[in-house]
Order: sequence, then C-alpha cells, then structure tokens
Amino acid sequence: MAKEYWRWKEYNWKDENIDWKEATTISGGVDVGSVSSQAVILCDGELYAYASMRTGSNSPQSAVNVMNWCMDGTGLRLDDLHFTVGTGYGRVNVPFADKSITEIACHARGAHLMYGPTIRTLLDMGGQDCKAISVDERGKVTNFLMNDKCAAGTGRGMEVFADLLSLPIEEIGELSFQVEEEPEPVSSTCVIFAKSEATGLLRKGWAKNKVLAAYSSAMAHRVVALLERIDIQKDFAITGGIAKNVGVVRRIEEELGLTTLKTKYDSQIAGALGAALFGKVLCEKKRAKQAS
Amino acid sequence: MIANFGYKDATGEFYIAINTDKCDGCGKCVPVCPSGVLEVRDNEFDPMADEEMAAVTEEQRKKLSFSCSECKAGGSDNLPCVLACPRGAIVHSW
Repeated sequence: MAKEYWRWKEYNWKDENIDWKEATTISGGVDVGSVSSQAVILCDGELYAYASMRTGSNSPQSAVNVMNWCMDGTGLRLDDLHFTVGTGYGRVNVPFADKSITEIACHARGAHLMYGPTIRTLLDMGGQDCKAISVDERGKVTNFLMNDKCAAGTGRGMEVFADLLSLPIEEIGELSFQVEEEPEPVSSTCVIFAKSEATGLLRKGWAKNKVLAAYSSAMAHRVVALLERIDIQKDFAITGGIAKNVGVVRRIEEELGLTTLKTKYDSQIAGALGAALFGKVLCEKKRAKQAS
Repeated sequence: MIANFGYKDATGEFYIAINTDKCDGCGKCVPVCPSGVLEVRDNEFDPMADEEMAAVTEEQRKKLSFSCSECKAGGSDNLPCVLACPRGAIVHSW
C-alpha cells in the first residue's frame, strides 16, 4: 500500500497520579469532528485522561471508540462516567452522552482553561471548518463566526497537500520555512484549485518546500480575513490540528502582528475538554436538583 | 453575544448577525421572512442560559445570498426582518 502522508498520529494519555475511584464527579467530553474525534475525562474538574483518533464513517462508533481508548488502562467503564457531553459536528451521534452542546461554546470553555482567563480571541482550525470566537473572562462566547462552506484553511486541506507533495503531515510546518525566500501565496483559496495550482508550480520546477510555503501563507491569509470580522485582541490562541503546524501558525502571527498564547495542553482537545467542563457543572446541577 | 450566521465564499460575505444582548426571543422576525430563514430556539452558544434567541435555521445558513435575494431587491434599508425587530438585534453584513 502506498504511504499515507496525511496520516497523523493518534494518541491517548492519562494522569497516573489521579485515582478516579476517589473522585466525586467524573465527567466526560466527546468531540466528534469531521476528521478527528477527541475524548476527555475529568475527575472533579482535573484533567485525568484524553485521547484523539480519526473519525470513521460511523459517528456513533467513532464516539465509542475514542472514549474507550481514552479509558484504556484506567479500569473505567462508560457506566462510571457521571455525566458526559457530546460536541462537534457529530455531537448528536454520541450514544452515551447525557447532553449535546455546540462546539463553539465548548471550544471557548476549553480554551479558557487551557490558555487562562485572559484569552479573548480564539481561532479553531478544525478538520473541515474554521471558527473565530471572541471570549469573555468567564469563557463565555461574546462573538463568533464560522466558515464551514469551504475547505480552504482547514486541516483536511493540509492533508491533501501532504499527500500531493509526499511529505509527512507532521513535518510540513517546519519544512515550509526551508525556502530561500517566502514565495507569493497560491492564489486559489479552494483546496481543489490550489492543488491544481501547486501541481503546475511543481511542474515549473518549484521545490516542494516552496510550494508548501506558498500554500501555508495562502491558508494564513484566508483565516486572518475571517478573524477580521470579529474584534481580534492580543490574548489570542489557535486550537485544533493546524495549531500544531508551525508553518501556518507563524504566518498567521506575522500577518496579525501578534504572538499566539502557548499551553501545556494538547491543542486538539479544547472542544472535548470544554464539553467535560460543562459536564461537571451540569452533573452538579442535576445532583442539587435531585437533593432538593 | 453576537452570533454571526452565514458564510464567506468567492462571491462575498453573507452573514446575519444576531445580538443576543438585545434579542429577547420575541419571534417577530420569524413570520415576516419570505424564505423562512429565521427561527427562535435555545441559545445553544451559552449552555447555562435559559433564554431563547432568534437564529438562522441550519437549512438556510449556507445559502443566505440566495435565500435573502428577494428582500435585498427591495433595498438594504427595507429588510423585513431588520424592520420587524423592536430592539434592533438583527444586522446583515451585505
């Protein structure tokens, strides 16, 4: 089988220092995206475990798979989760979720924890859409817009380029800087047309890295235009898979004249983390109601 | 909160912005729209809020430039949804 250059590493993680059996509230969040799915488990609001994997053609099964992988080696079972929130494109297809919440609210909430309460502007660069979100000091959404009508500026677009150029997706960020000078961005915003344009440039003798640079800056330019409709403020962060692509991130920073906030958390778990944080609050609300 | 419903493509930017600080979910904008673009539903962007808000239907969200064209022909100062809103909560970007 031909090498799949687009294929990114799936991963899971757990905090060995936390014993979930001692937790009063175990909340779960599942973000079923168009390209990848993430699951997060919190023990009394503390990050205990997370996992990220590719979304398959069957959304409910993807939700189950990613949560199972998140619980792998913990001894936890689905029944042990006190409250689970589903989010993302496939949020209504999470069979074990107690509630579904839109990913815009969940990303804002998750980023508020990941980047701290000073965060005001968030750009989520997902697999097949891009969201610009303004957040207040409590992590509430104050303004948002999304673009999900077109694949320009999305993770899937970058996967297509990794495949076209036969370069591993996890390396193309760095490679895009290995050019003598920054080329003009590709002019097509559409991924399909940008791919044709790139093929033409390769035929003209452009090095792969130069084509990557031209595509990465086109992508950066595209999302900056989206951000301009909301009020961009200096405490700014990028989440999603593209946040791991330094080639796009640094070009966005340069275009905006801003540096993105950094976090110890994985940039792709923002949605699932926000969902789990909402799950904790909703669980406590439910208990309070039952007690009264 | 300002919720921008719509999209940007090669032909332009088409967003209907609903300001939830002004919108109280009265629903007067819903019946005046000839294309059924608006509805009143839960504020899904604030899971802790109980109030409802006007919003663009999922069905119409990605085709606003077509759905709104009938009213746009009457001039952008005469949009029925904008005029129907007693609190000025609706703004079109185009």
